[in-house]
Amino acid sequence: MAETTYRGPVPVPTPETKPFWEAAKQRVLLVQECETCGHRYFYPRPLCPRCFSSRVRWLRCSGRGRLHTFVVNHRPPKDFPLPAPYVIAIVELEEGPRMLTNLVGVDPDPKTLRCDMPVEVVFEDITEDIALPRFRPATEKPDEPR
Amino acid sequence: MNPRELRGKVAVVGVAESDELGRLPHKSALALHMEASRNALEDAGLRPSDVDAVFTSGRNMANDVPEYLGIRPRFVDGTQIGGASFLLHVEHAATAIASGLCEVALISHGESGYSRVGMPSVRWGPDSVNLQFEQPYGVGGPPTRYGFVATRHMHEFGTTKEQMAEVAVATRKWASLNPKAFLRDPITVEDVLNSRPICWPFNLLDCCLVTDGGGAVVLTSAERAKDLPKQPVYVLGTGTCVTHQMISQMPSYSEWEAARVAGELAFARAGVKQRDIDVAEIYDAFTIVPILALEALGFCKKGEGGPFVSGQRTAPGGDFPMNTNGGGLSYTHTGMYGIFLLIEAVRQLRGECGSRQVAGARTALCHGLGGIFSSAATVILSTEPSP
Ligand SMILES: [Zn+2]
Repeated sequence: MAETTYRGPVPVPTPETKPFWEAAKQRVLLVQECETCGHRYFYPRPLCPRCFSSRVRWLRCSGRGRLHTFVVNHRPPKDFPLPAPYVIAIVELEEGPRMLTNLVGVDPDPKTLRCDMPVEVVFEDITEDIALPRFRPATEKPDEPR
Repeated sequence: MNPRELRGKVAVVGVAESDELGRLPHKSALALHMEASRNALEDAGLRPSDVDAVFTSGRNMANDVPEYLGIRPRFVDGTQIGGASFLLHVEHAATAIASGLCEVALISHGESGYSRVGMPSVRWGPDSVNLQFEQPYGVGGPPTRYGFVATRHMHEFGTTKEQMAEVAVATRKWASLNPKAFLRDPITVEDVLNSRPICWPFNLLDCCLVTDGGGAVVLTSAERAKDLPKQPVYVLGTGTCVTHQMISQMPSYSEWEAARVAGELAFARAGVKQRDIDVAEIYDAFTIVPILALEALGFCKKGEGGPFVSGQRTAPGGDFPMNTNGGGLSYTHTGMYGIFLLIEAVRQLRGECGSRQVAGARTALCHGLGGIFSSAATVILSTEPSP
């Protein structure tokens, strides 16, 4: 399917990150939680980056969060598939960790965007194996398909 | 040895740029290293054979530079923390000299940042964490990542694009007094706000230059410095900190933690206060960077960096002379700009700056940035070993 046509960078998972990407394919967003010190973090690592414990587990996220900060990029890298300008965002997940992503489904206009606005995850299949988590402004309709 | 005992033990005795700065498609990165190093050694009154320690940065450069220059160091350091590297090298060089591991240290930088002549290619692999978790979202050049900090600072503290523009305007005024500066025509706040949008909240004139060039700094013991031709400039205190590589891992987007730590270390070791600083050379990759640095270094309170730079306070004639060479915004920015902070600070302290000279400058602060607010290194220099 999309594998041959998608032009942007495609993540290649490593053993440590594979569960994250497999879950994303199933429309599930995962972060990790340390069972020793309670620290929750993203991106995936085999040991807790706060206490180095190996007792870390995958935590299923609600997919909700807040737009912590953002930029509106007018000069995309060569072959980036979203039309410019587009929003690159740091989202703070309800579970705590932050991730870099895109905010989609909005006018890329800084006047209409504000830090801390509620957002929710959407997944886009970019190849047969990889679905990218992006975010959009939160809808009030929790049953709407993602 | 207590780090405070390093205070004043080591001096900068030579500084120089490459023969040319700007857009130099006729020179390789290593040739720029060599020109700058020759010029800095001439400034120091030393020969290449006097050098027994080489400090440089960039992929494989700790191997490449000594060979290219024909120098055989017994102490070498290629630590790469981006544009802050050369300020970190001052810390390492001072430590090595004070402990007797070497005597004359050459810190060398050369980069074909614009023309890309003789530059090693550095790319992350497709299974790197950068490519997995940041690149797919269209981050590209530095503006796409530095901007997160500007946006959050604006949100939390009411910092404005006009205040950011004031930094660019003041810096250009200094550049107009520096014949070596790449851009010298005066600009206004309006010009900055109306320049081409790059990545909101940055317009073109909020962003540093992209140039080619080299720079070098020579250090030796305070003892040996007394016998050399130029007035020694003493290393009073240094500090370094690294917090993250990927911007998504920055601990806070509204304060620069690495800079706060580096600054606290440097001030404590130097035994001086913010009010003792006569001239500040603060890495300005983007107009927001000095605003966060001024807060982190304690020149103003957290959130007050915007008002601090307002009213052209950092311009010639203002009461806080900053980036007196014209900075990365207007003088030159090869990619790892940090060495040029040191060169300008030393010239200011020697009184060599002509029409842009800050009268009576005795103590200077240099503050470097690496990565995307990833690392910071602060160096405090003075005309006296223990002011
Ligand atoms: Zn832990």
